[in-house]
Amino acid sequence: MGDVLIFAEHQGGHFPKTTLTAVNAGLELAKKRGGNAIAVVAGDAPEALAGEIAKYGVSKVIALAHANLKNYVADAHAAALAALVKKAGAEFVLATATAVGKDLAPRLAARLGAPMASEITAINDDGTYIRPMYAGNAMATIELDGPVKVITVRGTAFDAAKPADSAASVEKADAEIDPSAAKTEFVSFNQTKSDRPQLTEARIVVSGGRGLKSGDNFKTVLEPLVDEMGAAMGASRAAVDAGFVPNDLQVGQTGKVVAPELYVAVGISGAIQHLAGMKDSKIIVAINKDEEAPIFNVADYGLVADLFKAVPEMAEEMKKLKHS
Amino acid sequence: MKILVPIKRVPDPATTIRVLPDGSGIATDNVKWVINPFDEIAIEEALRIKEKQGGEVVLITIGQSTWQEQLRTGLAMGADRAILIKNDAALDSLALARILAKVIGDENPELVLLGKQAIDDDSNQVGQMLAEMLGWPQATFASKVEFADKKVTVTREVDGGLETIAFNLPAVVTTDLRLNEPRYASLPGIMKARKKELKEIPADSLGVDLAPKLKIKTLAAPPKRQAGRKVGSVQELVQVLHTEAKVI
Ligand SMILES: Cc1cc2nc3c(=O)[nH]c(=O)nc-3n(C[C@H](O)[C@H](O)[C@H](O)COP(=O)(O)OP(=O)(O)OC[C@H]3O[C@@H](n4cnc5c(N)ncnc54)[C@H](O)[C@@H]3O)c2cc1C
Repeated sequence: MGDVLIFAEHQGGHFPKTTLTAVNAGLELAKKRGGNAIAVVAGDAPEALAGEIAKYGVSKVIALAHANLKNYVADAHAAALAALVKKAGAEFVLATATAVGKDLAPRLAARLGAPMASEITAINDDGTYIRPMYAGNAMATIELDGPVKVITVRGTAFDAAKPADSAASVEKADAEIDPSAAKTEFVSFNQTKSDRPQLTEARIVVSGGRGLKSGDNFKTVLEPLVDEMGAAMGASRAAVDAGFVPNDLQVGQTGKVVAPELYVAVGISGAIQHLAGMKDSKIIVAINKDEEAPIFNVADYGLVADLFKAVPEMAEEMKKLKHS
Repeated sequence: MKILVPIKRVPDPATTIRVLPDGSGIATDNVKWVINPFDEIAIEEALRIKEKQGGEVVLITIGQSTWQEQLRTGLAMGADRAILIKNDAALDSLALARILAKVIGDENPELVLLGKQAIDDDSNQVGQMLAEMLGWPQATFASKVEFADKKVTVTREVDGGLETIAFNLPAVVTTDLRLNEPRYASLPGIMKARKKELKEIPADSLGVDLAPKLKIKTLAAPPKRQAGRKVGSVQELVQVLHTEAKVI
């Protein structure tokens, strides 16, 4: 009882920070519910990666192998994991609410007949959980009832796990996947090329909104500041919808949730859906020409200015600061 | 193609949401109710597929009698008929998916299109749960859906880019923001919608387990962030970030 199976998502042969977050949340959950934290790495040849995650404080790692697990697809992964959960007798399955976590966890829950809590932000001692609803305008205390429970955690609400003194053992398991659960064909992944830090991993995020007016302005006006600050670039939905930047840069209720040390919102009005994705940032800066813009209500430092003047100036100041 | 579109009634996204002082829910006076925006995108996509290929678009919702309003709006956009599964109590995603799976068993659609998440509870679960219960493939967060015979190719908005997957029908697809821009109901559409079939079925007549396994015990307002101060210049901004906030 109380054992937690942590889904260790990997991308392109490595673990993103969000996976280390899942590990840490899984360790916390196992401790609070009196069980062991077991990481599972799924893939066609997951052993090497399993050895990696074994260093992060879990009590065991299972390398779940099957040809159908080469690329992530929901149906095969849900089938393989459900069989493993039953065999291992785990009480909890936990993943971070990344695109993969969000896609997989509910399907797995249904296969297990288990209730699921999405994007929790806290694990309470009394067995309950906290999760945001209504774009973060309400924090719900919830209870899950059943022998097995599925949970995704919000990446910004938990710290990343740190390497432990010793590594856990890795156990190889051949997955069982019924052909009826392997109906999805992975065709391709068109990766957004970028040398910048990942949005969900960066210490500083600079986001642009509709105020930038074009994709060209993102390049010529915003990006020099982004790079001068060594930041990740984000955007509002309006900027993504208008095609200024790729979809995976969207910050907000229905995009990515970020909480960097510094978030700079440029030409973003501060709609509730955008705030839902960044209001837990440590320091928020807003640059907007409209002094009434709601973004100023959450900003630690606001600058009322035309971004086309202020942003290049700021890039210049950053350069000076670096050389001083 | 016969397409089933499950929809939900939610507060208009522009509404300011306030938690009731006793934590039992949110204040609903002055709330304008609308179709969940992602479900609206699902209706639009279903209509476009029907316009190309023929077929039928059936809307379904699980809720109270008042939810008829949103079904009528969807019918006015162009859907053919609607089903209201009447249930007054709150259900969890598992129960909702079970109800949908049951109705789908009777209706036999080839495609189920629904929103990736409802903007009230932000759970992002029902489509995936439904797909599993039906034993169908799923494509969540769709930004493009293409058909060739019975094969569907879906482009998905995922972390770090766009992913493409393919499978044969029947299947479940959940919509993301960039899939399309939903149409407005036209006046003739609204007139026609009044005459379209809207069937009510009591949820407890379906013989599925409705007992919630996820219970919301209480709601609380989130901690409020205090507004800081305005700075006079870019130089000042960079200065305070460096010396006061110490983040650069
Ligand atoms: C279902 C749903 C989901 C949504 N999900 C999200 C989400 O996840 N993320 C998200 O961001 N939004 C989301 N939205 C959209 C959200 O409601 C807003 O429409 C959006 O955030 C607005 O983007 P914006 O601030 O860039 O644009 P606007 O609101 O148009 O603001 C542009 C700002 O730029 C300023 N500006 C213009 N020119 C200049 C200049 N030269 N110098 C300085 N400032 C200037 C203006 O004063 C204004 O404040 C969602 C909406 C819905 C309905």
